[in-house]
Amino acid sequence: MHRVFLMITALCLGTLSCAMAAEPINVGALLPMTGSVAAFGQMAWEGINTAKKIEPEALGRPIEIKLADTKSEKVDSANAVSRLIEKEKVVAIIGEMISGNTIAASDHAERSKIPMISPTATNPLVNQGKKYVFRVCFIDPEQGQVAARLALDQLHAKTAAIIYDISQDYCVGLKTFFQREFTKGGGKILAETMYKMGDRDFTAQLSRLKAAKPDIIYAPIYYTELALIAKQAREMGLDVTILAGDGAQAPELVQLGGKAVEGLYFTAHFHEDTINTPMGKKFYELFKKEIGKELDSYTAQSADAYFILVDAIKRAGSTDPVKIREAISSTKDFEGLTGKITIKPDGNAIKAMVVNKVQDGKFVYVTTIVP
Amino acid sequence: MDYSFALQQLVYGLTVGCLYGLLAIGYTMVYGVLRLINFAHGDLLMVSAYAGFFGIVIFQIPWPVSFAGAIILTALLGILIDRGAYKPIRKSPRINALITAIGVSFLLENLGLVIIGGRPKSFPMPDVFAGSILLGAVNIPALSIWILVITLVLLAVCLVVVRKTRIGMAMRALSRDMETVMLMGVDKDRVISFTFALGSALAAAGGIMWCMKYPAVEPFMGVIPGLKAFVAAVLGGIGNVTGAALGGLILGLAEVLIVAIEPDWSGYRDAVAFFLMIIILLTRPTGIMGEQLPD
Repeated sequence: MHRVFLMITALCLGTLSCAMAAEPINVGALLPMTGSVAAFGQMAWEGINTAKKIEPEALGRPIEIKLADTKSEKVDSANAVSRLIEKEKVVAIIGEMISGNTIAASDHAERSKIPMISPTATNPLVNQGKKYVFRVCFIDPEQGQVAARLALDQLHAKTAAIIYDISQDYCVGLKTFFQREFTKGGGKILAETMYKMGDRDFTAQLSRLKAAKPDIIYAPIYYTELALIAKQAREMGLDVTILAGDGAQAPELVQLGGKAVEGLYFTAHFHEDTINTPMGKKFYELFKKEIGKELDSYTAQSADAYFILVDAIKRAGSTDPVKIREAISSTKDFEGLTGKITIKPDGNAIKAMVVNKVQDGKFVYVTTIVP
Repeated sequence: MDYSFALQQLVYGLTVGCLYGLLAIGYTMVYGVLRLINFAHGDLLMVSAYAGFFGIVIFQIPWPVSFAGAIILTALLGILIDRGAYKPIRKSPRINALITAIGVSFLLENLGLVIIGGRPKSFPMPDVFAGSILLGAVNIPALSIWILVITLVLLAVCLVVVRKTRIGMAMRALSRDMETVMLMGVDKDRVISFTFALGSALAAAGGIMWCMKYPAVEPFMGVIPGLKAFVAAVLGGIGNVTGAALGGLILGLAEVLIVAIEPDWSGYRDAVAFFLMIIILLTRPTGIMGEQLPD
């Protein structure tokens, strides 16, 4: 207890002396820049940097982003977060992008009392029982529920088969919630198979799914494996509609999957066609001018995490992590890039969900569903 | 599980098995001659995949030339790795070489990360390898046939080289007694370089086949296949070329059949595969075709 107190005092003193010299405010970016979900980290990095051009400072001091690569691994996430806190002395952290890594990293942030905002980690466990961990996205029970309703009501599926990654908290969570909601709505799960991240051959699992003859396949997994699974499924003549989660939304899905991912549906945080706030329009213009790519949800959510953090630092009037935490948790109707964002006391955001589809090699907006 | 379903799984299992086998042959050759477990073998697969990818997609070179170029480049890289990393410590204890091999593996992976980046790239598949043949209810992808044929041809080539040529004789002799062979006037370094070139070329061929089957090229793509090839080589009796191919086949078939027979076990696929290895090694410590090593 004494040590914690000392640490806080040290931090406060440290930040105070910084303030006098108008030194930069250090903010950590904990992102998977390499490894299996590197696309998410790189999209987030573009989002945070573009957002920083719009809001470059707070409290009269410039904001400096310290990047730490998690290599898409849980162990490296935990190491990277302690490096940010102990060595870079960050006052808050944006990250990680996927649930398993965020869970691995958040314990340390919680213990060190450094607020952490994840742009897109959707598993409920990410901030359960934690005071310092927030997110600006919906959570998996909601996502699974929306996916099940989409399958039942709009895709008119009565039966489904599931394939998921057993080593990812995100995939296991989403699968469980989809299954619960789908069977509650009168649907039947005919088959369920799994694999482990890094696997490349899914022919045996897919043969099982094919033999079950489902109306749809639910695949709540990340883009690389999803593209390969779609490809192998089409090759063996398994042509049913595939439904996925927000882990599908990376340009690599279409590059790797090609024709095989045409007609694939997925639940997502955002689509650039749904931008309607002033902040959103401003960001969109700058992003198109500077980066010139399609604006995806990982970029947008990360920018929103940055905007909310800067807003919280301003409202806190201090760079004391404890005060920043309080300011984040009282965020209400913040006009962000992806719409109005309110952070609930449990650290989760209230957000609508969009459904996208792959059509002619592009992600096309289908509908918005409020869970 | 009906008849055609079982046959279908056999086709899938054979395809995966051949890929493992192809990689395991290269692994086992290097081990056979140098008693060195070349952990960078899997990463050579990655290098050849990138070389093939850049050849076709960026430089627009026709695919046969690209693939041949990728194989030659990887073979040269194999020689370079041996000269740069393994040769200076040839006289050190074996464990040093082993750790150096792990270092080379990390070096290649991270060089890939720094130079090319971590986002997966899509490997293009030439039309020759696309399509499939329907045999009754069993769907045989053309690529599976190619993989089978290429593996068998390369296995035959290796066997002929090792058993019938002068350099093969030198390789076999070197694996028995390095000092005596040198006394006989054999250029040891030339033989070792040749072994590395051949082993790396096999990894390269395997890498290209692997990428056409699973078209996601990324810096860490060689880690899992490399590990599986190592298991296959040990399973078959490390140092034995035919054994390596056989080990690969067994491993591939086991992996696919386990999931096909009992889908609930699909998450434990690797566990079951490694369990199989433990069982075989407990009953036959030298592997299926391995011989007792001379002390």
